[in-house]
Amino acid sequence: MLNDLIGVLIVIAGLLFVVLTTVAYLTYLERKVLGFMQDRLGPMEVGPWGLLQPLADGIKLISKEDIIPSEANKAIFRIAPVISLVPALISFAVIPFGKNSFHFMGITTHPYITDINIGILYVLALSSVGAYGILLGGWASNSKYSLLGALRSAAQVISYELNAGMAIIGVLLLAGSLSLVKIEAAQSGGFWHWYIFPQIVAFVLYLISGIAETNRTPFDLPEAESELVAGFFTEYSGMRFSLYYLAEYMNMIIVSSIATILFLGGWNPPLPSLGFVPPFIWFMLKVYFFLFFFFWIRATLPRLRYDQLMKFGWKVMLPLSFANVIVTALVIYMVRR
Amino acid sequence: METENRTGVTEDIQRKEIVLSNLRQAVLQNLDSSIQTDQFLLNMGPQHPSTHGVLRVLLDLDGERIKRSVPDLGYLHRGTEKIAEYRTYNQIIPLTDRLDYVSAMANNYAFVRTVEKLLQLKVPERAEFIRTIVAEMQRIVNHLFWLGTQALDIGAMSVFFYTFREREVLLDLFEVLCGARLTTNYYRVGGVDSDMPQSVVDTLYRFVDAFDGNIKEYNTLLEHNRIWLARTKNIAVVTAEDAVNFGLSGPTLRGSGIPYDLRKIEPYAVYDQVDFDVPVGQNGDIYDRYWIRIEELRQSASIIRQCLDKLPKGRFLTDDHKVSFPEKGTVMHNMEALIHHFLLVVQGFKVPPGDTYCGTETPKGELGFYIVSDGSGKPYRMKIRAPSFVHMGAFDHMAKGYMIADIITIFGTYDIVMGECDR
Repeated sequence: MLNDLIGVLIVIAGLLFVVLTTVAYLTYLERKVLGFMQDRLGPMEVGPWGLLQPLADGIKLISKEDIIPSEANKAIFRIAPVISLVPALISFAVIPFGKNSFHFMGITTHPYITDINIGILYVLALSSVGAYGILLGGWASNSKYSLLGALRSAAQVISYELNAGMAIIGVLLLAGSLSLVKIEAAQSGGFWHWYIFPQIVAFVLYLISGIAETNRTPFDLPEAESELVAGFFTEYSGMRFSLYYLAEYMNMIIVSSIATILFLGGWNPPLPSLGFVPPFIWFMLKVYFFLFFFFWIRATLPRLRYDQLMKFGWKVMLPLSFANVIVTALVIYMVRR
Repeated sequence: METENRTGVTEDIQRKEIVLSNLRQAVLQNLDSSIQTDQFLLNMGPQHPSTHGVLRVLLDLDGERIKRSVPDLGYLHRGTEKIAEYRTYNQIIPLTDRLDYVSAMANNYAFVRTVEKLLQLKVPERAEFIRTIVAEMQRIVNHLFWLGTQALDIGAMSVFFYTFREREVLLDLFEVLCGARLTTNYYRVGGVDSDMPQSVVDTLYRFVDAFDGNIKEYNTLLEHNRIWLARTKNIAVVTAEDAVNFGLSGPTLRGSGIPYDLRKIEPYAVYDQVDFDVPVGQNGDIYDRYWIRIEELRQSASIIRQCLDKLPKGRFLTDDHKVSFPEKGTVMHNMEALIHHFLLVVQGFKVPPGDTYCGTETPKGELGFYIVSDGSGKPYRMKIRAPSFVHMGAFDHMAKGYMIADIITIFGTYDIVMGECDR
């Protein structure tokens, strides 16, 4: 019992370390990738090749004054960034980063904190809770720009979460389980077992919905800087401001992880003969591929308009995802019979 | 005296407050009384990341849809027209740099041409060619800046860096020509400040040769991009009739299908000796105006190439030393040159009494100077017809019924610069 507890604590510590450093260096990576795509260098000043930039940014944000507008609803204003961050952080509890459990001095550690049998539902539910942070933060700021940003965000998250949920159903039908560990295990044995091939439509739909859910370009309307200054966090400063940013980057990692697990076989190597590379490495490689894809999209595409975003979500994405579910279900029914 | 001044300022502020509150009242009263619950008045600017300087707009919104918009100008007013009344003509040229600070050369040119029209001065042929080349370089610089910022406003951030790469080449050439990159002060009454060296000619040839490929590069990110098309097609449509009635000019007017280009209609400089097209749109929407500016980039490059081919030898500044400074070497040895130099510095050249208006096709539209001369070395009155200012008159008409996000694209499609708008 005690050993189990210690094992879980070790995993939590390790996970927090991995996630937080990834988030910190994701900002660096994003600026570098964008820089190279745009014919410039990106951060170069702090440390060699600007490698200490995330550290400098962190120190700056922590030492900044935390300004609360005098007309704001103070309690909600204070707590809103936390509401946004915490669900993003605890979503990582069910994400399996690797395959093998470690045994050491009677302590067993798994590459995930817990494997609950409704893992994917848990992630979806928490990402909806995160939207409350945005909505409340925008409302409590008592600023018109923040309010508009929050309204956009609420509408966007609701519309696109529906699509993400519908897109996932196809995979769930194939895998026959809601547990992320079981879904990964079902795709083992070479890349031709990955669900990206039978579920290519769902993959594209999920990726688009994922970008929209994390408020990234071309769906970054809630924080469209050219229209709404900074959207829902216009009035935030210092650490509270950076909490929103942390949440956004964590959500990116979660969306990438889920896409990896559902469609690219998670920690499974593409060929069985490549099994000598640790599963954790495969998993991270695939996650970083998606993160790179996010940056790539950001460097390429303009921003949609609010009504176009809604139209696209409800009139194009939703019918497609319904069709995908029905076709998948029919095929599975016929094959299994 | 000081207290009087101070009360004057407070009165001004109070007056402005009253005007604004009246505006607010007018906006609110105009609302449909049956949907009173939807009032949402948004104050956009003057501090806002994408109002292109310090433009302020009061927006009356229905959700995200614009019911009415009232631009409030004057935050960058520096009184250029009044200051000009206390300067000699040569001293006004640097003031014009600060009008449309994105294309200072074009402003210089518009002003210098008006003064030459008053003086009825003949400009040497080489000077005319250099002026045309530099004016078209400025048009390319301006349109590249416009393309980058318009794309950035819509969210496509990479285009900005690509266009600025080419813009940098031309700005470096400006630096070679006159030592400055933005506030150039290069044109002179009767010619230009300094000759165009061979190195500039060579670099320009190379630039023009590569430029077509560069335009393709920007366009691959935009031209067939579904999101870009959705954001620009059928947005801020102006019919040809409305465009004329609002006094629009430049690409903003030509987007609506009216081939009005002063370079063709009243050819000045050497525009009658070169072959170029005036691109014209059909729908009068933001996409058409985008397309026109891209096409103008190509045309400008072609004009530069033709001018470089024909560039004659000769003087780059008129030898009429009543208006142009004599060479510094002769001033030291020649009595007459010394007198010219002294008079030009002390009182400037005299312009015969009269008044004239002269419009020039700048990248943003028709920039016109109206100068009244009383025969002295300074203008009696100088009025600037700034295209950005005139375009703002059509703002409400163009923004009505579109979304908040479109406000930004509409600012962009005017290619607005507040320095010129507020003067």
